[in-house]
Amino acid sequence: MSVKIQIENYHFYYANQQVLKGINLTINANEIFSIIGPAHSGKTTLLRSINRMNNEPNSRAEGKIYLDGKDVNTIDENILRRRVGMIFATPIPIPATIFNNVAYGPRLKGIKSLAHLRNIVEKSLRAAYLWEEVKDRLSDSALRLSGGQQQRLCIARALAVEPEVLMMDEPCSGLDPISTAKIEEALQHLKKEYTIILVTNNTKQAARVADTIAFFLSGELIETGPPEVIFTRPKDKRTDDYISGRMG
Amino acid sequence: MANQSFRIPPILNQRIAQVLLWLATIITLLVLFFIIIFILIRGLRVINFDFLFSLPLHMGKAGGIVSPIIGTIYLTALAIILATPLGVGSAIYLTEYTKENIFTKIIRFGADCLAGIPSIIFGLFGFILFVIKLRMGWSILSGGLTLAFMILPTIIRTSEEAIKAVPTAYREVSTALGGSKWQTVSRVVIPVALPGILTGVILSIGRCIAETACVIFTAGSSLRIPTSIFDSSRTLAVHFYILTREGISMERAYGTAVILILAIILVNFLAYWIMYRFIRRMGGYVG
Repeated sequence: MSVKIQIENYHFYYANQQVLKGINLTINANEIFSIIGPAHSGKTTLLRSINRMNNEPNSRAEGKIYLDGKDVNTIDENILRRRVGMIFATPIPIPATIFNNVAYGPRLKGIKSLAHLRNIVEKSLRAAYLWEEVKDRLSDSALRLSGGQQQRLCIARALAVEPEVLMMDEPCSGLDPISTAKIEEALQHLKKEYTIILVTNNTKQAARVADTIAFFLSGELIETGPPEVIFTRPKDKRTDDYISGRMG
Repeated sequence: MANQSFRIPPILNQRIAQVLLWLATIITLLVLFFIIIFILIRGLRVINFDFLFSLPLHMGKAGGIVSPIIGTIYLTALAIILATPLGVGSAIYLTEYTKENIFTKIIRFGADCLAGIPSIIFGLFGFILFVIKLRMGWSILSGGLTLAFMILPTIIRTSEEAIKAVPTAYREVSTALGGSKWQTVSRVVIPVALPGILTGVILSIGRCIAETACVIFTAGSSLRIPTSIFDSSRTLAVHFYILTREGISMERAYGTAVILILAIILVNFLAYWIMYRFIRRMGGYVG
């Protein structure tokens, strides 16, 4: 297994508050790397640090993040974000048609040929397990889809720019169990081609889909390991407390 | 608690509020209908094909209003063409490309003040700057430039509000897909904000059509059909003003007023139709 993302002694501060404290992490290619932990433990900040969407005023970072051995700060930010796709907690379709939502990213890259775009849209929607449901109404508004469909549309939209890494920030937090199951099914197929970082509040979801789990608490990485270790014999008591519901 | 005994029961309270709000609405509508009907009754009888499409004769005592109609269209179009890109551009700069600081606050404050300046001051300013200093004379160009200055603050502020109302999440989606700042602005922010931006432009069209003080000093009051933007011309509002002020023909003044009102209603309908079509094309909901 090859290393996809390497994080070395990474600290992050908003104003005077330290949000991430000396994170060291290795994420392998083609695995589902799940980050769990209670609210305000720095999970989202970590994701935003990887694709450099954390440059808000008054914030400051220390340490290094490498993508394929290259410091992300040396990669052009627009190219970096194409390589590292991001799915947000709430599905956010742009108020446009289903087709135009998926074609948005490829068009940013300058792809204009309609035939080429059609191809990409179909491929991406298939990969996100949405094609069968929407193939006859691609020119309908994306806003008319259900919440679960919208989130899969967002996954398709992210896939359309052909990223290498897919970061998902609690992608199922607002979805019903059936929609969640569909997304989880899609994830199992997607990991053959992509490296997936899945932030989730749902420890059971992490147990179902993850290859590696990292537990974060108050900006610290408490421990990482495969689900069978994290869930049955965690090294740290705090991990055990969180998983068994005594905390968080 | 002495006043507790005077407490109005919530149901009664609700009734009173409902009646007051209902009254406010009815009064507003009544005033509007009264004005429209008053003008229609007095003006409709002079309106016919000849009135619309022939030149005014004897200073407007006879003949039609074709040249003020054309003058109004020219002036309004010129002002909108000049002010829209400038205003929308400033709004984009202020909202997307600068951080909120003392500089942007001063610009915003300035725009707000400018929006409140009486139009006759703009007229005077346009007269001194364009007509005299820049030797443009009384012309559609001078008038259009002055009108553009007058509506600029409205366009900036309404565009700014429309752009600010675009959810940050849309910008994040575009950024996360590798979109540059300008790609995000031009492909997501502006299209989503467009109905709001258009609303500002429509308000401005209405103000231009209705404007008198601003253009009487800058575009003059020629009754000939303008052939270029360097010709003087009068607008419908100026025509109405001169007809009444100088007692030339009240009947024709009301006829002009009818056309003025119809033009504004038409512009509004057209704008809503365009907006509706646009929102449909964007795939958004239409209420």
